[in-house]
Amino acid sequence: MPTLAPEKKTRSGRNGRPLPELIFGDLWPYDPAPESADPKLKPRYDLFINGEFTAPRGGRYFDTINPATEQKLAEIALAGTADVDAAYQAAHRAAAGPWGRMPGRERGKYLFRIARLLQDRAREFAVAETMNGGKPIKESRDFDVPMSAAHFFYHAGWADKLEYVAPGRRVAPLGVVGQVIPWNFPLLMMAWKIAPALAMGNTVVLKPAETTSITALKLAEIFQDAGLPPGVVNLVTGAGEAGAAVMAHPLAAKVAFTGSTEVGKIIMRSLAGTDKKMTMELGGKAANIIFDDAPIDQAVEGVVNGIFFNQGHVCCAGSRLLVHEPVAAAVVAKLRQRLRVLRVGDPLDKNTDVGAINSQAQLDKIRGLVEVGVREGAELYQAPCRLPSKGFFFRPTLLTGVTQSHRVAREEIFGPVLSILTFRTVDEAVEKANNTAYGLSAGVWTDKGSRILKMAAELKAGVVWANTFNKFDPASPFGGYKESGFGREGGRQGLLDYAKLI
Amino acid sequence: MPAAAPKAMHRLIDEVGPVDAVGIEERVAKYTSRSIKKAAKVWGLKAAVSMVDLTTLEGKDTPGKIASLCRKALRPSDDPGVPSVAAVCVYSSMVRHAKAHVADSNVKVASVATAFPSGQTPLRIRLAEVRAAVADGADEIDMVINRGAFLAGEFNEVRDEIAAVVAACGDAALKVILEVSELETYDAIRAASFLALRTIREGDFIKTSTGKTPLNATLGNNQVMLEAIRDFYLDTGVAVGMKPAGGIRTAKQALQFLIAVKETLGDAWLTNERYRFGASALLNDLLRQLERERTGAYQAPYYFSDAADSY
Repeated sequence: MPTLAPEKKTRSGRNGRPLPELIFGDLWPYDPAPESADPKLKPRYDLFINGEFTAPRGGRYFDTINPATEQKLAEIALAGTADVDAAYQAAHRAAAGPWGRMPGRERGKYLFRIARLLQDRAREFAVAETMNGGKPIKESRDFDVPMSAAHFFYHAGWADKLEYVAPGRRVAPLGVVGQVIPWNFPLLMMAWKIAPALAMGNTVVLKPAETTSITALKLAEIFQDAGLPPGVVNLVTGAGEAGAAVMAHPLAAKVAFTGSTEVGKIIMRSLAGTDKKMTMELGGKAANIIFDDAPIDQAVEGVVNGIFFNQGHVCCAGSRLLVHEPVAAAVVAKLRQRLRVLRVGDPLDKNTDVGAINSQAQLDKIRGLVEVGVREGAELYQAPCRLPSKGFFFRPTLLTGVTQSHRVAREEIFGPVLSILTFRTVDEAVEKANNTAYGLSAGVWTDKGSRILKMAAELKAGVVWANTFNKFDPASPFGGYKESGFGREGGRQGLLDYAKLI
Repeated sequence: MPAAAPKAMHRLIDEVGPVDAVGIEERVAKYTSRSIKKAAKVWGLKAAVSMVDLTTLEGKDTPGKIASLCRKALRPSDDPGVPSVAAVCVYSSMVRHAKAHVADSNVKVASVATAFPSGQTPLRIRLAEVRAAVADGADEIDMVINRGAFLAGEFNEVRDEIAAVVAACGDAALKVILEVSELETYDAIRAASFLALRTIREGDFIKTSTGKTPLNATLGNNQVMLEAIRDFYLDTGVAVGMKPAGGIRTAKQALQFLIAVKETLGDAWLTNERYRFGASALLNDLLRQLERERTGAYQAPYYFSDAADSY
């Protein structure tokens, strides 16, 4: 693995004196501040089918670990195709029966109840999410769990107003929806997928990601507590085989997938020729564009937030930084300084800014791509932080001197690695930003309002953030252009992707 | 108003860079979610005590009140592990009384001067006040900038006045009060910070406010000024201090301001030579929290001297 880039000691300022430096040392170290709430984990989790926790037919379980300690947290049921079929049969019965026929205002009550129960157990869920996924507790506590509840609240509000969602048309549920979600926001992606589907009157078969099933199964406990009718939501845990079965099942009226573009393409190929509706939310390689008139410190903060949030395991992460040449040196210098005060380590510590990489496989992928970047001539800077001896950790990393033809500028790294490129004119910025197979998100940093409007119109990305980054709201549709997928999640548009228009 | 004013303001902001208000608020929100426990908390509380400019700025101040303030400044707590504060901050007419009490200690005497808080007297009067305070023994002078001139775009006038006060200070350190609530925007606060930074000396301070307006030190304007100090230091090597004043009443707030210092300017600013709190009620809350850390329980207000109106 690449090592820390040596600091250049030869810099010198006026009168030959060394340039002034800031000292970010140990004068005032923060004591450990671990979150102490009990995640209430069970030693073994079964499948959730027809409202009951059910042992898998094959009788097989796999271990799920804490990526920050590499220790086993629980055993998770390994679903086979027979289990997936049982889940679909249950979902089909619920869709044809009580749930599909229930008035929207009644469905809304269940969604409100789920949202409130999730809020009641917010700390417990936050700790479980952090232990299973590796993200810092401050993110699961302040973002993942509240945002998940917000999605249930938002869609609960729609459930009794569906006759207004498509003016001039009536809407009906599609039936059973198959959903596969990724490991980067396990609970939140589940909320994004389930809440609109249920509000519209569909029923769901969902497969959580292999490494992060726990909070999904804990949410199933809430479904039981909320009295959600059997079969409305069914969870099948396991590996790729179960995921493929969920996507391909003949009872699925629609499939929704969030994950890598590579897997998304496999799914689309396998479903070609069927009448299933599809929505895909796939990879990204977002450009964060800083112009020379931007408020530099706030832009740097936004760039840091854009790429190091959730260790960079974000499909819309701002992984390419495009900097206007007049301010490139200043921006890179400020980024390096900001990286020096990022706290990397125990995700359960309330002061941790960057947690653990989700899995060994992902860590290997990040290391491999960074090595390629260095080999192709990019200059490496890594935050000089101490990493824990156990667990999967990677230093926040900057790659400067990157060009459009570097692999690190084209491929999704899905880790805390920022590739920095420069540009000279507005047109060049647009051209470089759009020169990617992806188109999920982009960021623009400038003090000039007219330029923001121009960029927003010309950037081919599902969301363009102006002077901010990674802002989400249940009312705001989210989705991609090009190989970042199709379909929207959130807002009226996201709801319509789960509806039949009559 | 001169027609050149808006242009002058834009030129200055172009030069020093704009500030995005939403971004600043987001940055400082991260400081408030830091969790400071145990040894780190005790260190932070003691550091904050050592940075307090214990202040009384009232029309009814008397030599007796100043004597009481100075005793508290020298020995804030019965616990010998608690340091004395950095300075007492008084009106210029009280400097000689304060000096008599703290002359043989580390506690400095800071005097507000230059027709504090408005600054609305002729320059020669303001300079005379500075010279009188220094002659009476003030170690530090807290001046106010000419906000009227600043908002009218007369930046040369603002800068020349600061330079004149620097000259009148002699060896006394200078703290330049921007009065942020009258400047209103973060852009203006950053611009005014640079006007001051370019005029004052190493070891001088910039300061948020007089404490006489409704809105005083906030994490937001503290951050804008810390970033100005950092950018100026990295550019020139001249290290200037920072003093938020007014509105910081609780130990929790003080720790959040110190976190901002640690994460923006680093260890070299975690000292009372480069960071101060202009406060009065804050001191007893710091002491109360230190007692809480030492004994595990909150003590009644009457265990702390001069705490009558603190809780």
